[in-house]
Amino acid sequence: MTERLLEVEGISKAFDGVMAIENISFSLDASETLGIVGESGSGKTTLARCILRAIDPDIGTVRFRGKDGWHPLHAMTDSELIPLRQEMQMVFQDPFSSLNPRMTVQEILEEPLIIHKIGTRASRREAVLDILDRVQMESDSLTRYPHAFSGGQRQRIGIARALILRPKLVVCDEAVSALDVSVQAQIINLLEDLQKELGLTYLFVAHDLSVVRHICDRILVMHRGRVVEAGPVEEVFTNPREDYTRLLLSAIPSPDPDVPLQPLDRQVLGL
Amino acid sequence: MPDNVLEIRDLAVEFKTDIGVTHALREVGFDVPRGEVTAIVGESGSGKSVTANCIMRLIQPPGEITSGRIDFSPTGTEPFDIVSLKTKDPRLLDLRGGLISMVFQEPMTALSPVYTVGNQVAEAILCHRKVSKKQAWAEAADMLERVGIDDVPRRIRQYPFEFSGGMRQRVVIAMALVCQPELLICDEPTTALDVTIQAEILTLIRSLQRDLENTVLFITHDLGVVAQLADQVVVMYGGRVLEIGSVRQVLKDPVHPYTRGLLAAIPGLAERGQRLETMASVLGDADIITPHPLRRLSDGRQVSLAPGPTRRS
Repeated sequence: MTERLLEVEGISKAFDGVMAIENISFSLDASETLGIVGESGSGKTTLARCILRAIDPDIGTVRFRGKDGWHPLHAMTDSELIPLRQEMQMVFQDPFSSLNPRMTVQEILEEPLIIHKIGTRASRREAVLDILDRVQMESDSLTRYPHAFSGGQRQRIGIARALILRPKLVVCDEAVSALDVSVQAQIINLLEDLQKELGLTYLFVAHDLSVVRHICDRILVMHRGRVVEAGPVEEVFTNPREDYTRLLLSAIPSPDPDVPLQPLDRQVLGL
Repeated sequence: MPDNVLEIRDLAVEFKTDIGVTHALREVGFDVPRGEVTAIVGESGSGKSVTANCIMRLIQPPGEITSGRIDFSPTGTEPFDIVSLKTKDPRLLDLRGGLISMVFQEPMTALSPVYTVGNQVAEAILCHRKVSKKQAWAEAADMLERVGIDDVPRRIRQYPFEFSGGMRQRVVIAMALVCQPELLICDEPTTALDVTIQAEILTLIRSLQRDLENTVLFITHDLGVVAQLADQVVVMYGGRVLEIGSVRQVLKDPVHPYTRGLLAAIPGLAERGQRLETMASVLGDADIITPHPLRRLSDGRQVSLAPGPTRRS
């Protein structure tokens, strides 16, 4: 029996009169990975941010089941949201700009615990060491600054920072897009291992369809602020029902030279 | 008799910094056959862009080409070594943007925001050929039409900010091709674009290359793009060339363990729910750090591995 973790109902958000997302509804079960795919400007990041209340949706409801029951995120004040933020965390795309260059790894990883007033100095140190180990980094990294690490290692630090509060929901916004393919594979494996170990639920925002196909259980395909297709990932990939999904899938260049690229024509499809 | 536009031999580039010397390229050597698409594929730091910049002689201090030659054979002209050209040599001006032109990753940075696109495409012609301004604009319009810009008479007088990312990249390609270069270098030209726009640009580059029969050196990290576009593939890692072969050889039957690792790490090829192969899991105890000179295999391709039987997957 799977448990619901998140219910989104009819949310919309406009910026200066331009609809960024329009009437979006979906739900998310615990321990599931939901992919949100679409091209730039399709509204996928706006959707992710509306859910976390990093920006406020204009209308619609977002309900999240925390440790102590359901919470209407859309209707809560910023200060009411603070305790819930422990349970919803984000991993960002750019491992260079998402870590403060003036803080050591120890300070970066400890900061969320300090903000939420969790533990003593000694217990926090232990938590930092534990999470560092889980993202497969050495403890001697703690005294070093972000610039001393490669892109992949920085992304591990970003993941550790998101996970140190033991969240239920982790929103990964293009979390592997900036990485080289060999590093990307390591980070994808790490995200999958951590999901199993810690029972995490992922909202995985990405434009790379092959990554999404590998990691997600279900996907939402977004186009111009709307969800045009949703379903189990294999079903959407093998039997897309909407023209826009077909267009998107036909544009992926196969690494097999005998499978020629034959992209569908946007104009012909009327998109 | 092989007909190569470029023959690169033993190329080395060093960056001398306060903390020591970085060897950006070591013993890089490969040919770029005329009328074909050669792809250089590699991850960040592999030296693929540095190689392209050497061909255009764009390496700036503290970087320096410390050895090697790049023999360039434009049609109807004496071949010459690009590396040995003096900075003031007039052939360098012909080379940059004339005989060899380049398309970069970010089209907004490649275009000037304060000139119309027509002005910028025509300027490329006026820099390299003695034609009237009117003639240059007419040729610019033809080229813009050719790269798929609609309503050219109106669009030619617009500024880059009025174009989408994909359309801007088309303008940059028009700028690059308008002087009919011997060699077109594309450095990750579709990396900043959405996948559907990428597909359009790849299709455009491929069809233009077939129509104009020009030579393309295509730099990318994306093996999907390589598979769809390249005739020949050069795999680079850590400033060295590890494997050279036809696209089918390299992608369907890779010899070097690093190439196999790159292919294995693509998520699309693994079963869902299975762990992805990583470089470490594919390489095992294989050593890719120790440099070995390229050696020719029986099927014509070259690989940088220690002598002995090659293990294949």
